[in-house]
Amino acid sequence: MPLLWLFLIVLAIAAAGFVLGRGRALASAGGDARALHSLPGYYGWNVALKAMVPGFGLLIVWLLAQPLYVGSTVSSMIPDSAIKDGASRSLLMAEVRRTADGLDAAVAQDLITARDAADPDADIAALTDKLKEAGQIVTAEITQPVLTAAQRYRDLNAKGAFAMLIAVVAVALAGAFYGVNEARAEFRARNVVENGVRALLIAAASVAILTTLGIVLSLVFNTVEFFRLYPASNFFFGTSWAPSFSGRGGASDLGVLPLLWGTFYISIVALAVAVPIGLFAAIYLSEYAGPKVRAVAKPLLEVLAGIPTIVYGLFALLTVGPLLVSVFGDEGLGWMQAGTAVMTAGLVMGIMLIPFVSSLSDDIINAVPQAMRDGSYGLGATQSETIRQVVLPAALPGIVGAILLAASRAIGETMIVVLGAGAAARLSLNPFEAMTTVTAKIVSQLTGDADFASPEALVAFALGMTLFVLTLGLNVFALYIVRKYREQYE
Amino acid sequence: MYDAPRSTENTVSTEDIKFECTDCQVYYGDNHAIKDVSVKIEDKTVTAFIGPSGCGKSTFLRCLNRMNDTIDVARIEGSFLLDGQDIYDRKVDPVQLRAKVGMVFQKPNPFPKSIYDNIAYGPRIHGLARSKADLDEIVEKSLRRGAIWDEVKDRLHAPGTGLSGGQQQRLCIARAIATEPEVLLMDEPCSALDPIATAQVEELIDELRAQYSVVIVTHSMQQAARVSQKTAFFHLGNLVEYDETSKIFTNPEDPRTESYITGRIG
Ligand SMILES: Nc1ncnc2c1ncn2[C@@H]1O[C@H](COP(=O)(O)OP(=O)(O)O)[C@@H](O)[C@H]1O
Ligand SMILES: [Mg+2]
Repeated sequence: MPLLWLFLIVLAIAAAGFVLGRGRALASAGGDARALHSLPGYYGWNVALKAMVPGFGLLIVWLLAQPLYVGSTVSSMIPDSAIKDGASRSLLMAEVRRTADGLDAAVAQDLITARDAADPDADIAALTDKLKEAGQIVTAEITQPVLTAAQRYRDLNAKGAFAMLIAVVAVALAGAFYGVNEARAEFRARNVVENGVRALLIAAASVAILTTLGIVLSLVFNTVEFFRLYPASNFFFGTSWAPSFSGRGGASDLGVLPLLWGTFYISIVALAVAVPIGLFAAIYLSEYAGPKVRAVAKPLLEVLAGIPTIVYGLFALLTVGPLLVSVFGDEGLGWMQAGTAVMTAGLVMGIMLIPFVSSLSDDIINAVPQAMRDGSYGLGATQSETIRQVVLPAALPGIVGAILLAASRAIGETMIVVLGAGAAARLSLNPFEAMTTVTAKIVSQLTGDADFASPEALVAFALGMTLFVLTLGLNVFALYIVRKYREQYE
Repeated sequence: MYDAPRSTENTVSTEDIKFECTDCQVYYGDNHAIKDVSVKIEDKTVTAFIGPSGCGKSTFLRCLNRMNDTIDVARIEGSFLLDGQDIYDRKVDPVQLRAKVGMVFQKPNPFPKSIYDNIAYGPRIHGLARSKADLDEIVEKSLRRGAIWDEVKDRLHAPGTGLSGGQQQRLCIARAIATEPEVLLMDEPCSALDPIATAQVEELIDELRAQYSVVIVTHSMQQAARVSQKTAFFHLGNLVEYDETSKIFTNPEDPRTESYITGRIG
């Protein structure tokens, strides 16, 4: 709550600064806005920026730094003797934090006074009871060192928060003061605001890039960790996927090939459904359909893209699976044992991908210049000849891009596979058998109580990395194709 | 699909009239773009359509090979006789018609294919070549007649889009010729070209006159005077005057024609 207040205070300082800066600039020009270098509002924004940027900057840095500082100070004051066998310092620190939070909550509920909470000679047993009464989860008995540490922890945090309040407000005020002082007619406020805007945009872009980098790095580190525990050659070339779970003991087989094969097979089936249907739909919509049909049909098709994949999964499980079984199962052709199969997941995933292919292709086909079509009609070509021989070749790079995009969606899809394709990792050519994919296995390796130090859990990161490299490769390939054709045709 | 008869035995008109258009009207929705136009276009002649922007030259030209069929709002009335056969007759297949009445557009629009495939496009869809050698011959002949053979003979399989603007336009003319049309319609074929390329295309048009009836829309009166034998002046959707080119440019009858060619309207 104080944080929100602090935030509002800085905003208020900025707002006041805006008004003051604007007014001062106008006054310095004798009330004539034309005599100013920049529009009056820019002087206001200059002040607001000078208050907000240092204020919020300091706030963020402080919020990041304070827990680190408090944690290390408190941790260093706990004597080694207080740490029980089998427990580590970090476990003890967690308890200290819990106790401190408990004290906070208890004080907030008026169960104990602030003075009692900070009393170094407090009766530990009574305090524990009070905390339990306050609904706080306190493990076992609080020991004296833990209590002392928790009290110190609270003390430091409270002081820190107060110091932060003072510092942030001071910095914001100083910035605003400086900005107001600058607001004179010849000051180039417009350029300062321009730089501010640019910095904001750069910051947004950096956050996106840094996050990506962070994700990739965490993938890489955990993958390296995994390969330390499990031989890479067995992972990449193993043809069997049989993780053993903790408790059962024994070594696991963590070969990625069956999973990759499942991913590949299901994606191929999905693309075999989505590409022809999507492309033909796009051709119909862009070349044959009248404006009225188009206005209705295109959004309808795009609704498909808005359906959550879990709903597609249900559709696979409850409708498509049983339907396929009734045709290909024991009553019919006898090829299929159960509803969950490559075919089920592939068909449903294909339906999901139709709008990706059709919507993009439709835009691309529309972008082919009318002059191309006129040229072809002018030579006596029919509409389908024109589409086949002129429009589609001209649109090809874009269409390939759309298909590859759909392919990376297919590779990354999880829900439909979990519900439609089963969970068995298998290397088989029969599309009516259950198989599973990389993504589905990532989920199953990490759900339940996974021990994050075991290869059975860490393999998820290696799988994620494999998937990442695959889709990245696919995207690079797509870009390459698009470029190549561009060069040729432009 | 019904094939339009290619024979012209039943025609009564003299053989040097190619197109005979009477009382033609074109509407784009409520916009009456062509009003009561009647014109006779001769064979083995270059006919120029001139007039200020938006007066309907392109519209009328596009009526002659039914390219307006591709525009939903366009409505066409009147009779357009090609060799005595009404091209808007239900028996006539517009696709067949366009093979007979070729068209070259304002902006060069080579297909994103090789030079060879650009030329071979028409012959292939109409099945004009019996063999690969036959097709090679058609391509070479068309490129020669398009006056571009010498420039591209060493790179027939390079993309047509890689040529210069003037070369692209001559390629498009050669492409139109390859289907052996009887009439060639050109809509401002030189407006995107530099003077040298323009001169080359004009020279080509003059040569084409020996075999085809050529109708050219142009903004340049000098060009009309240089390449055409007959000139039609359009104004606000009306055909104001249609006569020998020399007569139009030296001794026009209508005051509007005179104002236009002396630069007072347009
Ligand atoms: N596709 C079209 N849709 C609607 N109106 C059109 C279309 N093409 C041309 N027009 C209209 O028809 C008239 C004649 O146009 P156009 O034949 O292109 O003139 P020009 O070629 O002589 O400059 C203009 O008023 C133009 O606005
Ligand atoms: Mg025009």
